[in-house]
Amino acid sequence: MNNGQEKKVVIELQDVRRDFKVGDEVVHALRGVSFKIYEGEFVTIMGTSGSGKSTLLNQLGCLDTPTKGEYYLDGVAVRTMSKSQRAKLRNRKIGFVFQNYNLLAKTTAVDNVALPLMYNSKYNARERREAAIEALKAVGLGDRLEHKSNQMSGGQMQRVAIARALVNDPAVILADEATGNLDTRTSFEMLVLFQKLHKEGRTIIFVTHNPDIAKYSSRNIMLRDGKIREDVVNTNIQSAADALAALPVNQDD
Amino acid sequence: MTAIANNAFRSFLSMLGIIIGVAAVIIMMAIGQGSKQSIRAEISKMGTNIINIRPGARQRGGVRLDPSAMQTLKVEDYEAIVNNKKYVTYVSPEVTASGQCIFGANNTSTTMYGESLEYLDIKQWELKDGDCFTDDDIRKGAKVCVIGQTIVEELFSNTNPVGKNIRFKSIPFKVIGVLKEKGENSWGMDQDNVIVAPYTTVMKRLNAQTYFSSITCSAITEEMTDNAIDELTAVLRENHKIREGADDDFSINSQAEMMDTMSSTMDTITVILVVAAAFSLLVAGIGIMNIMLVSVTERTKEIGLRMSVGARGIDISNQFLIESIMISLTGGILGILLGWLLTLAANAIGLPASIPAWSILVSFAVCTVIGVGFGYFPAKKAASLDPIEAIRYE
Ligand SMILES: Nc1ncnc2c1ncn2[C@@H]1O[C@H](COP(=O)(O)OP(=O)(O)O)[C@@H](O)[C@H]1O
Ligand SMILES: [Mg+2]
Repeated sequence: MNNGQEKKVVIELQDVRRDFKVGDEVVHALRGVSFKIYEGEFVTIMGTSGSGKSTLLNQLGCLDTPTKGEYYLDGVAVRTMSKSQRAKLRNRKIGFVFQNYNLLAKTTAVDNVALPLMYNSKYNARERREAAIEALKAVGLGDRLEHKSNQMSGGQMQRVAIARALVNDPAVILADEATGNLDTRTSFEMLVLFQKLHKEGRTIIFVTHNPDIAKYSSRNIMLRDGKIREDVVNTNIQSAADALAALPVNQDD
Repeated sequence: MTAIANNAFRSFLSMLGIIIGVAAVIIMMAIGQGSKQSIRAEISKMGTNIINIRPGARQRGGVRLDPSAMQTLKVEDYEAIVNNKKYVTYVSPEVTASGQCIFGANNTSTTMYGESLEYLDIKQWELKDGDCFTDDDIRKGAKVCVIGQTIVEELFSNTNPVGKNIRFKSIPFKVIGVLKEKGENSWGMDQDNVIVAPYTTVMKRLNAQTYFSSITCSAITEEMTDNAIDELTAVLRENHKIREGADDDFSINSQAEMMDTMSSTMDTITVILVVAAAFSLLVAGIGIMNIMLVSVTERTKEIGLRMSVGARGIDISNQFLIESIMISLTGGILGILLGWLLTLAANAIGLPASIPAWSILVSFAVCTVIGVGFGYFPAKKAASLDPIEAIRYE
């Protein structure tokens, strides 16, 4: 995405710092991070353990606020917001995908996907259901609407989680090690899905420690010790679908 | 709500306290109400607006002296009451004697009540056979009597006693009337084991005494009871030449007063029982709080998820508050049903019990308050969780 200037800025970090007080010591988890992410980018954020990935993701997800610096999400300054204002912002502008899916137990796919809309009074029960069904179709689960979370495979559960992240038509999808619990084949299936969403114009930020995944994204940010070490645009995006096809069949299903 | 269903058994266990507590409150109130009603009914069956005058001062809390040892109620008092009555309709002095009553080979022990003609009107007793004695009988001290159904059964089997002579304490009395059967009163006293005779006869021929053991009157209406008591007090104080400020040497009790005393005693007992039952509701509320705290801990991850997808603190606390209200209200409804079944059971074994309508409303209100009150702290705790920590919780 070299023509970023013409694109809309979805996320802007200005020298974001996050300090944690642990006893008498102060841990600097983020030591001044600045970047812009434009609409339609698929960004991977990588780094070793302890490099500040989770802390950064919590900032981006409006779950936490910077000690210093500014964060604008879709043009809105997040640092000065109250807790419930941030809750509303998450509800309208962010879709989360977690490593361990985090579906509601014994709950159908549709109800799981509709959950974010429960906290948006603009939707009534029928509209919630319709939106949930549409999102499930988009992730290829149109035939599993009423399956309960405990009747599904890991891949299916992660698809439900992705559908849940899509249902509110967010400004950005934040994925935290979204393939971390899946086998190789299913991981590639997820990447195929993320690439499909990327093609459809979604903005995606994918946190991972797996360097291979960077090949399939449009941009890669490397963190070390709470700072950006590298921020490169990937001009040679690989097709996850091709990689999936190249996998030996029945390898680890 | 799905959480309640998913944990049906546990929710039921935490409801159990509420169910039992509410049922206990309901049955206590029902028994209180029922007993009050039946005691009132019983007291009003004892006669119309009865006022009782006894010799000797009324003593509060202290030991009451034996009334028979006090001889302050005399014939002159009776006459003064009759001559001055305004708020009083009927008056009957009372002298009693207990002893053996014999007819032929049969005998029974009973009490003879020496009364005036008006006694039957005061007590609302009716004759089944024969007549009551007359003014003339009273003037002469005639040895005539009216007997109750128990005496008829004990002495006469199935024959008609009217016109027969019985002996009471060796003195012959002619039976001139038979009272209708009245049965036992609520404290198990046989009201048919009585002989009523002219008070003059019992005073002179049986007891050889010049004073009454009591005087029974009836007020014109229940509302006039107080006026009647004032009137009687004034007459007796004047008759006994009691100076102003000095204590009465007699005591007056009314049926209305007795009813009030009984009612308020029943109310006190009911309140004590209900408060005891209500304490079990407090314990039940703590049980609900406990289960809600466990639920919050167990569902920390779910709370974290809900918060990350946009639930505000208030959304989370409402979710848990509604849950605890649901548990306590469901428990309340089941408790009301159980209380109702217990009331039916109480009625079936002859205990008077009737559920006052307001106690159901109170139960609902109390359960809602318990739900909110004891759900508040767990709900607050859930709402104050940090979503970052919560979603990582295992
Ligand atoms: N809540 C916290 N309290 C104290 N220190 C924290 C907290 N969260 C993260 N840290 C510290 O910040 C640094 C970055 O952590 P993190 O963002 O979790 O890294 P990563 O996700 O890349 O492994 C680590 O040194 C970690 O110990
Ligand atoms: Mg991490």
